[in-house]
Amino acid sequence: MTATTPSKPYENHLLRPGNTNCAGCGMSIGLQWLDEALGDEQPVLVIPSCCGIVTAGAFPTSGYGVPTTATTFASSPAVATGISAVAKMNDIDNPVICWAGDGGTYDIGLATLSAAAERNEDIIYICYDNEIYGNTGGQRSGATPIGAVTATTPAGKGERKKDIMAIMAAHRVPYAATLSISHREDFLRKIRYARSIKGFRFLLMLSPCPTGWKSEPDQSTELVEIAVRSGLFPLYEIFDGCRYRINQRPDNMAVDSYIEQQRRFRQIWGDPDALNAHIDAQWRYLDGMATVFPAKDSPVTAAVT
Amino acid sequence: MSRSLATGNHAAGHALALAGEANRNARGCCAGAYPITPQTEIIEYLSGFPFSKGRIVLVESEHSAMGVCIGAALSGARTFTASSSNGLAYMTENIFAAGYYRLPTVMIAVNRTLGPPWNIWVDQGDSLMMRDAAWMQFYCDSHQDLQDTVLMAFRVAEDKRVMLPVIVAMDGFVTSHTQMVVDEPTQEQVDAFLPECVIPHKLKHDHPSTFGGMTWPSETEHHRWEIQHSMENAMTVLEEARDEFEKIFGRRPAGALEAFETEDAETIFIACNTMARTLRNVVIERRKKGEKIGMIRSKLFRPFPRKELLEAIGPAKRVAVLDRNHSPGSGGIFWQEVAATLSHDPDMLLQDYLVGLGGGDVTPENINAIIDDMSERTTASDPEWKDDTA
Ligand SMILES: Cc1ncc(C[n+]2csc(CCOP(=O)(O)OP(=O)(O)O)c2C)c(N)n1
Ligand code: SF4
Ligand SMILES: [Mg+2]
Repeated sequence: MTATTPSKPYENHLLRPGNTNCAGCGMSIGLQWLDEALGDEQPVLVIPSCCGIVTAGAFPTSGYGVPTTATTFASSPAVATGISAVAKMNDIDNPVICWAGDGGTYDIGLATLSAAAERNEDIIYICYDNEIYGNTGGQRSGATPIGAVTATTPAGKGERKKDIMAIMAAHRVPYAATLSISHREDFLRKIRYARSIKGFRFLLMLSPCPTGWKSEPDQSTELVEIAVRSGLFPLYEIFDGCRYRINQRPDNMAVDSYIEQQRRFRQIWGDPDALNAHIDAQWRYLDGMATVFPAKDSPVTAAVT
Repeated sequence: MSRSLATGNHAAGHALALAGEANRNARGCCAGAYPITPQTEIIEYLSGFPFSKGRIVLVESEHSAMGVCIGAALSGARTFTASSSNGLAYMTENIFAAGYYRLPTVMIAVNRTLGPPWNIWVDQGDSLMMRDAAWMQFYCDSHQDLQDTVLMAFRVAEDKRVMLPVIVAMDGFVTSHTQMVVDEPTQEQVDAFLPECVIPHKLKHDHPSTFGGMTWPSETEHHRWEIQHSMENAMTVLEEARDEFEKIFGRRPAGALEAFETEDAETIFIACNTMARTLRNVVIERRKKGEKIGMIRSKLFRPFPRKELLEAIGPAKRVAVLDRNHSPGSGGIFWQEVAATLSHDPDMLLQDYLVGLGGGDVTPENINAIIDDMSERTTASDPEWKDDTA
């Protein structure tokens, strides 16, 4: 695992040692890189019901070294709105960050998220997407990929994953981007860019969950690497909901090794057609958008380095 | 102070706004707001109020309206909102969160029947549904009572001996949409009455902690015990607030309850909100005929003022409760509380009457029929349905 900002004493780290994350959890890397990207800035974390709030451990200890509040499952963007509104009227500039699972984002919290995005609240919203309801023992969500076995889809999920990035882009939020825990520079740059602007910023991180994915904990970053290179998890940014920039094109690495290393895909081992069809459709859409609405000439893009 | 003609919604909305504005030298104020009949005018009023340091967030649901209040209160601001009926039901999860987080939000509940079937008229079942949510609850019988109670609510809620949210309830339409003359408070008076809002457990950058995460059973039990203890403190704090209110505004708002003609009464009737005003007039009429009856207006529902109620009932052995709410399979919800309060007394005859459910008018005739029924009783029965149709 990559070390975070060395100058800080451990108790001031965003994610402290002794947190309850499983070995190989994508959140562990994501939270440490978030901390590193923010440097000396201390955010407020707003976390709905999900594994991410269990991370803190039991009262009175906390796995988070920054002010953190739990919210009800659907409410993190609403609670963050209240925090950000009061911060603004009191000239407090610490970033307000929602750290939410895919259940809280794609499913139960979607209306709340949509409304906060529509109001363009000054919030950074990060969805760590483990494609499952991890906290309750691994049931399907709107983010579960087609074919994946979950506690409630024993024969494999029959539906495709929701395109949450397109949904957020349709809100014309100032910034939406995907984050990979195997692309460190890209990850840090995107957090820093998000921090440098105002308004609603949406970041989607593919978050390996060895417990739910039935994968080896030491394979998590490799799995995300394959997901990016196969085109399953595209790395891209959307500015103002209408200017697209693709950060890394797939190099046609086969998705097979991705699914073979995860027993959640056992129903489609040797038969990745449904996932490949999803990848193709996803890239037709993305390439189309990036061609017609490229980010390169936009003033927003010019500010990005 | 100026005397003016105001609707219940205006009186309540104006009091919320003045209270919010009074926190302008501290962290300011913030509300999440969402419309529903019959409270909508309150959030409309708030949305147009020129706060010098405040924001009304126009959210997509009641659930988020309370979510915004939670976030803003966790940041130290004065918070408030209003809702009714299905709006309160939709908000429920976050109502409990605000209570258990001990955030001193003030919410106006304009009582309305829960649907379906859809019915916009008064019934107290919506706010009473929140009885276990760690919120204080006041029920108001007039526009003045309402306006005064809203201001009192902030003072009690934000007192560190209490630190719990408060629901201030009024009757949908009967109060919300009718006009009465009120002595409207000035901003200066409200500034003097309400100290700056200080929330000791707000999120702090110099002392980072995780708020609302996991606790074990022992800590959870302690947390509940502390809330119970704070509910008990609220009685003292409420009395202090009444004294202070009287000094600044020159009138004394009702406390936990109001007793009328109870001293020598053989039978006592208990009711809340505007129903209690009708009841009072009927008691005056029947007293003239020599009937030894009295009444109690139940104002504070949480904490339930058991001691004050027992004192007000005194030696009387016949008590009737008028409930404009219904817990299916049980009966009236005020009756359940009164029954628990009187459970030690084997000689007590306690009868429940369900009246005005779904907003039916509770007329002097209805109340006279109840008093007649009660006067002939030798034993109590299951809750009686006593409205126009049942
Ligand atoms: C209103 C409500 N319904 C259900 C739950 C139970 N619950 C807690 S966490 C969770 C799933 C969370 O899934 P996700 O958001 O993907 O986060 P993860 O646990 O995977 O990290 C569920 C269903 C709840 N806390 N609140
Ligand atoms: S169940 Fe999955 S998401 Fe939750 S802590 Fe474990 S690895 Fe992380
Ligand atoms: Mg999840």
